[in-house]
Amino acid sequence: MASDTLASTARTDAQISGLDALEIAGREKELSRASRLWAATWPKLAALGIAVGIWQVVVWTGWKDPWALPGPGPVFADLADYALSSALWDGLATTARRAVLGFAAAVTVGLLLGLAVARSKILRAALGSMITALQTMPSIAWFPLAILLFQLSEQAIFFVVVLGAAPSIANGVLHGVDYVPPLLMRAGRNLGAQGLNLYRYVIAPAALPAIVAGLKQGWAFAWRSLMAGELLVVIAARTSIGAQLTYARDFSDAERLMAIMIVILVVGLAVDAAFGAADKAIRRRWGVLDQAGQ
Amino acid sequence: MTSTTTTPDSATTAVALSGVTKVYGRGANAVLALDGVSLDVAPGEFVCLVGASGCGKSTLLNLVAGLDRPSGGQIDLAGDASPGLMFQEPALFPWLTVDGNVEVPLKLRGLPRAERRARVAELLRTVHLADFGRKRPHELSGGMRQRVALARTLALDTPVLLMDEPFGALDAMTRDILHDELERIWSERRLSVLFVTHNVREAARLADRIILLSSRPGRIIYSTTVDIPRPRRIDSPEVAAIAAEVTERLRTEVGRHGQ
Repeated sequence: MASDTLASTARTDAQISGLDALEIAGREKELSRASRLWAATWPKLAALGIAVGIWQVVVWTGWKDPWALPGPGPVFADLADYALSSALWDGLATTARRAVLGFAAAVTVGLLLGLAVARSKILRAALGSMITALQTMPSIAWFPLAILLFQLSEQAIFFVVVLGAAPSIANGVLHGVDYVPPLLMRAGRNLGAQGLNLYRYVIAPAALPAIVAGLKQGWAFAWRSLMAGELLVVIAARTSIGAQLTYARDFSDAERLMAIMIVILVVGLAVDAAFGAADKAIRRRWGVLDQAGQ
Repeated sequence: MTSTTTTPDSATTAVALSGVTKVYGRGANAVLALDGVSLDVAPGEFVCLVGASGCGKSTLLNLVAGLDRPSGGQIDLAGDASPGLMFQEPALFPWLTVDGNVEVPLKLRGLPRAERRARVAELLRTVHLADFGRKRPHELSGGMRQRVALARTLALDTPVLLMDEPFGALDAMTRDILHDELERIWSERRLSVLFVTHNVREAARLADRIILLSSRPGRIIYSTTVDIPRPRRIDSPEVAAIAAEVTERLRTEVGRHGQ
């Protein structure tokens, strides 16, 4: 009888590993890193080339005078000069510092606000729709008030950047917490997670993808608000990317104006790409990358 | 309605339900989900709860697991360990590896790292997944995920296992093998199991005792002891005979709702 049981156990073991091998066979297909990178890069390069081409064609048609719309050649030449000058790096330093401070404050406010509203029914009823309303408010519309309150100062810019970005981040948190699968909550509670531990082990990690999406959107709003702020709130003693853009227009320096616009675009894209990479890494770990279509 | 607290005699009872009632909603919309369910599970006993839709099987497990409170009656568990609960879906945390998932209850109990590692390895060996600790849940098949969930539940070191149709979403072949696995783990660890299923054959294959619940409200209407020697096979004539008997009762119960 004992040997019977033993034999049946051995048989079951073989069956189990056989079934496992069959079920997960052929699931892994890996592309080389280089070919993945190329597949992701060439469409972007092609699109960029086409955009620059169209720009050149428009210039060639003579639709506008060259002092109003310079071609890509002069603009990229000026961009090279600009990149070698201290003006760009000084301006970028000021702008980056404002962006980091403003975004960090927005993240703090957004996370706390989102968590508070997610937890409390009363706060949700009171503030839930207001957060969405704030999100739709164009940030430039805040500036007249900000300038009244803080004059033409750093605080005015900071105020608008935080107001622009925090609602998106709060909404991301709210969305993430709301959509934690109830089954995972029940599993977590059964495994012994309560109170703060439930947040640490279940809610926070489950909400992370939505929070990152909120951060990404919040960054886009922060960057837009910051640029609007630097155009409007020019502080004479301090150069910044936005201030230089205003000066370029004042001096009708079209090449420099467009070079600065390219810098703004590239910075915005680079930070966005960083959030995109974080988002993708999370989705790969979660195993939902396939549905998202890469 | 709730009466005094008593600890069941742990020598004879692992789970004791007496007159457990559950009402959802209130006033005119109130729904009586469970009506006076009394049931004892002995230590090491495997009890299957069978019933048609709306019999409150899952409600009953939630109550025993402490995820919900009964409206009346009393539920007692031997010792102070809360029971482990398994669902039809594995409910694994997708952000953690297999190792990480099994480790969660150990972390929550405050075990030191070295001990956690040893326990995780031991538990994964128990469910034949020793080589899959670094994988993520989405890389495994449904049956493998359910075994990870079993290992994670066993990590609670609880003598009572509550299972809510845990193999309902699996194909017949995988289910058959997991029956063997569960039976082995149950007897090795002397677990008390309360297993909910709508599959009567599965109940006859696994249970020491089958309990049939009526629908709307859930009441115990029939109970039978299964004394077929183990190991059993789901396609054996003895299992089929028990299953036929329980199915007959179940059909009568379902028919009662037809008029």
